Amino acid sequence: MNTFTDSVTAAAHLIASADPVLLAIVGRSLAVSATSCVLACGVGLLLGAWLAVARFKGRAVVLAVLNTFLALPSVVVGLVIYLLLSRSGPLGFLGWLFSFKAMVLAQTVLVLPMVTALTRQVIEDADRGHGEQLRSLGARPLLRSLLIAADERYALITVLIAAFGRAVSEVGAVMVVGGNIDGFTRVMTTAIALETSKGDLPLAVALGIVLLLVVLVLNLAIAALRGWRERADGGVAEAMRGGQIA
Amino acid sequence: MSDLRPGETLFALHDVEVRFGQVPALRGATLSIGAGERVALIGANGSGKSTLLRLLHGLVPHASGAMLQRAPRSRQAMLFQRPHMLRASVATNVALALWLRGGGWRAARDAAHEALGRVGLAELAARNARTLSGGQQQRLALARAWALHPEVLLLDEPTASLDPTAKREVEALIAEAAAGRTLIFASHNLGQVKRLATRVVYLEQGRVVADLPVHDFFHGPLPEAAHLFVKGELA
Repeated sequence: MNTFTDSVTAAAHLIASADPVLLAIVGRSLAVSATSCVLACGVGLLLGAWLAVARFKGRAVVLAVLNTFLALPSVVVGLVIYLLLSRSGPLGFLGWLFSFKAMVLAQTVLVLPMVTALTRQVIEDADRGHGEQLRSLGARPLLRSLLIAADERYALITVLIAAFGRAVSEVGAVMVVGGNIDGFTRVMTTAIALETSKGDLPLAVALGIVLLLVVLVLNLAIAALRGWRERADGGVAEAMRGGQIA
Repeated sequence: MSDLRPGETLFALHDVEVRFGQVPALRGATLSIGAGERVALIGANGSGKSTLLRLLHGLVPHASGAMLQRAPRSRQAMLFQRPHMLRASVATNVALALWLRGGGWRAARDAAHEALGRVGLAELAARNARTLSGGQQQRLALARAWALHPEVLLLDEPTASLDPTAKREVEALIAEAAAGRTLIFASHNLGQVKRLATRVVYLEQGRVVADLPVHDFFHGPLPEAAHLFVKGELA
């Protein structure tokens, strides 16, 4: 047997036996990422909806900055949040450094540009296509944007799932601001990094498998959503237009 | 309803120009439309028919010239060539239009069902609007417009993408919906123009080149391009 086979076998055993340490790390990881996504989506969807229809001086610059932030390295986000939350930083009084809240804040900052930029793009494209119809009916810009957001809800759910995938798989930001404290701020990605460096490969591999499964489930959810949407309102109408349904 | 007497000016354009970037879509358009008129806008593709409708509906601004509009958008309803339906039920699509114009939601739902009955879609009220056929969607769009009780109906090639049966059905509904209202519509269908309009405005490259009562347009002398168009030699 080689190290890889041994590690995978041991990892499978850890998963099958629902190892408490493994479950605690997975649970914390999902909680941090889910909380940060809820916060980022709450702000990002509204901000994106507004940016899609707002016309103001400097909008092009704002969009360029926003799109640049899509490629924000997570470790840089971690560093900035660390500086803000450190005792001498402007938010030091909160006492959040090396806590669950700090990790949530870092991941929120990380995925917020993604949610905002993609929401803006989805709504702006749809607005270009049929915004005139809503304008004709009397919808003012922000209301029009929110109606389009509701109409494009499947595309936006895909954005949210993708944002969760980005949050749950990042390592840099939570490592810097969370400190990877055992039983407290250790999440899947930071645990994988630590256990690998320690040579405890079974736990690292088990976490890696779970992380991959989480990402796989997210991708399956996106695919299922797309298929459901096409069946719900695309396929039937197309079939009727094509004369396949009387 | 309207506080304007039949024939009283609703829209007056004088030397109006509309541009999309550097491209002129309407050039020096001068036109007056009175309350209760039934005006057909015809012309080749890209002649400015849709732009003129959108200008009258307040969806595009004019770059120069003067425009009098005595029926604001809130007193108009516009049907687009390919109506967009929200991913919601047929009834919700109509009710939402009423709600956007300032009605309560419950009253809007009731009025929506009434309007759907007028276009024969009452039985499909709960269906996802996106699953309707093209003809049904256009009837739904008409119900949505009808429910608003507009003074002015603006239609942008409302039957262009429909099969002959759906075309007949929608045209009959348009004729019914237009009763007592001002109707302004763009069309390539000259038979439809004869049936629905009392006046024809022919546009060519953004200019109004003929503006005649429907009988004179089809039986009198016309500018060369309009003559060719009527003979079917222009797309």
